[in-house]
Amino acid sequence: MRVVLAEDLFLLRDGLVRLLEAHDFEIAAAVESGPELARALAEREPDVAVVDVRLPPTHTDEGLQCALEARRRRPGLPVLVLSQHVEQLYARELLADGSGGVGYLLKDRVFDAEQFVDAVRRVARGGTAMDPQVIQQLLARQSGGDRPLARLTPREREVLELMAQGRTNAAIAGRLVVTERAIAKHTANIFAKLGLEVSDDDNRRVLAVLAYLDHGR
Amino acid sequence: MRLMSMNTNTKRDGTTSRARGMVRAAWRGLVLAVVSLPLSVLCLALSLLSIALVPVGIGLVTTPWVLTGVRAFADWRRVLSAEWGGVRIPPAYRPVPEDANPWTRTFTLLRDPAVLRDLRWLPVDMTAGFVTALLPAVLVLYPLEGFALAAGLWRTMAGGPYAEYGPYWYGFVPVDDQVSALGAGALGAVLLVVAHRYAVSAFQAHFRLTRAVLGSNQTELAERVRVLTETRRDAVDTSAAELRRIERDLHDGAQARLVAMGMDLGTVEALIEKDPAKARELLARTRQSSAEALTELRELVRGIHPPVLAERGLGDAVRALALRLPVTTEVNVELPGRAEAPVESAAYFAVSEVLTNAVKHSGADRLWVDLHHADGHLRVTVGDNGKGGAVVGAGSGLAGVERRLGTFDGVLAVSSPAGGPTMVTMEIPCALS
Repeated sequence: MRVVLAEDLFLLRDGLVRLLEAHDFEIAAAVESGPELARALAEREPDVAVVDVRLPPTHTDEGLQCALEARRRRPGLPVLVLSQHVEQLYARELLADGSGGVGYLLKDRVFDAEQFVDAVRRVARGGTAMDPQVIQQLLARQSGGDRPLARLTPREREVLELMAQGRTNAAIAGRLVVTERAIAKHTANIFAKLGLEVSDDDNRRVLAVLAYLDHGR
Repeated sequence: MRLMSMNTNTKRDGTTSRARGMVRAAWRGLVLAVVSLPLSVLCLALSLLSIALVPVGIGLVTTPWVLTGVRAFADWRRVLSAEWGGVRIPPAYRPVPEDANPWTRTFTLLRDPAVLRDLRWLPVDMTAGFVTALLPAVLVLYPLEGFALAAGLWRTMAGGPYAEYGPYWYGFVPVDDQVSALGAGALGAVLLVVAHRYAVSAFQAHFRLTRAVLGSNQTELAERVRVLTETRRDAVDTSAAELRRIERDLHDGAQARLVAMGMDLGTVEALIEKDPAKARELLARTRQSSAEALTELRELVRGIHPPVLAERGLGDAVRALALRLPVTTEVNVELPGRAEAPVESAAYFAVSEVLTNAVKHSGADRLWVDLHHADGHLRVTVGDNGKGGAVVGAGSGLAGVERRLGTFDGVLAVSSPAGGPTMVTMEIPCALS
């Protein structure tokens, strides 16, 4: 699997290269600035891009803008965005085209190599990887008063949280140490309570849940 | 008895020194009036002539010279005001660039409020200024004429060949015989008493008049200085308090965690062969600590300068802020550019504080924020549909916001009737880039 990596801090870039190579990824390019990233994305045609939001020369959200632009040119280009902070605003922009293949994680998540690599793979396959912090913010906003979310049991809420992060039923089952059948039952309950249409497609399901959490429907 | 005589002595001394002051004021006023009237007239005439000649070009060369002369004259009067009247009139001219061409020089001078004040002062000085300068001399000299009339001068002025022209008028006293001349003498005496009492203050009035016209608008400047002093103190206090808070947070948070992590890693090193299971457990704990340290640092950074503000500017930073609030918040932004970073930061934290207040106290279920820029001002309006009753009082968050904005000459207005709704408007003068 070919990866284009953009990160301006040498230590972190070097560490990510090593981490990804150790997990059988091929580094097509490891760059440190916005213009270089734009060129690499256009020329190297990677399977997935791992991009830091803030890049030189402007040190603003250059990385995010590059990633969004690349996805406009090549819809569905898998992009995993890393940042020192996560904002629902940015998550919304990444998810706006509704085509999946998007990840948005705190840089801290690279501490857990297995989970991080799993997220990169998931995004590369067209799935979603949303940082738990984003999901918690979304849940906090939608849980007030008599919103449908308030009617979920604690277990269902846990399942919803993991589902919104982009995990499959199997992964959620493994995480919560229950059977996949039990998760499927929770999922059905959650969708019924929120009034969402059940979908067998994991990715469509995640996007529906995220849209629900973001806009309350 | 002794005490009484001392009193008498003091009184006599006071009277003597006052008499001396009267004579001095009269003399100086006379000199001042006589010398400055022609100079004022000359300065005004030359200035007007020179400015009138600007369109044909000659004025461009002469005006700086003439205005410099006017300034020298005004400066001389400033010195006299300070020395003779104790009235200080600080000059406030703008500097003119040394190597400026005549055009720039002329127009820099003509645009200087201090120079314009000089020109406005000249006609006042040759009229009201002249009269007030002359007044002490008149008050002192006129009584002398009254005494002279009483002493016999009346015969010359109203008698003999002048008799057919009617009486000689001294003030309001018609003098035509010795009795009326004595009346004139009495009036003179009264005037002398008045002069003795008021000549010095009349002379003072001249300098106060000069200051009123020539001096810069002191009260306005003083007010400005007061405001600047106050807001600067607030700004320094606020930033010092912020730095203390950051220092404490780092000290108790990230720094302490890094120390603990270093210690744990040392233990891991020692245990790695003896007790690998324990070592692994400690490593997991270290990783947890590093994650927590990062979270704390992230919150700290958000409090110093929110990353979205740096990355996207005020509009998106407020949008991102709104998305973090538990209450539905509508954000409307019309900013064609970005303000300077300090202004953006002040506006952001002001909005943040007002929104937090609204969430905590208003009981509202809808908030809205409107950001736009017009007439050189950034205007931010934050509203809610809550129960109202918000005040800018001591200790309230809004007072802090007002202080913060004050540093940038920004203002805060709160409309919050009991029962709501609340609307907080903030305005900061700034340019967008």
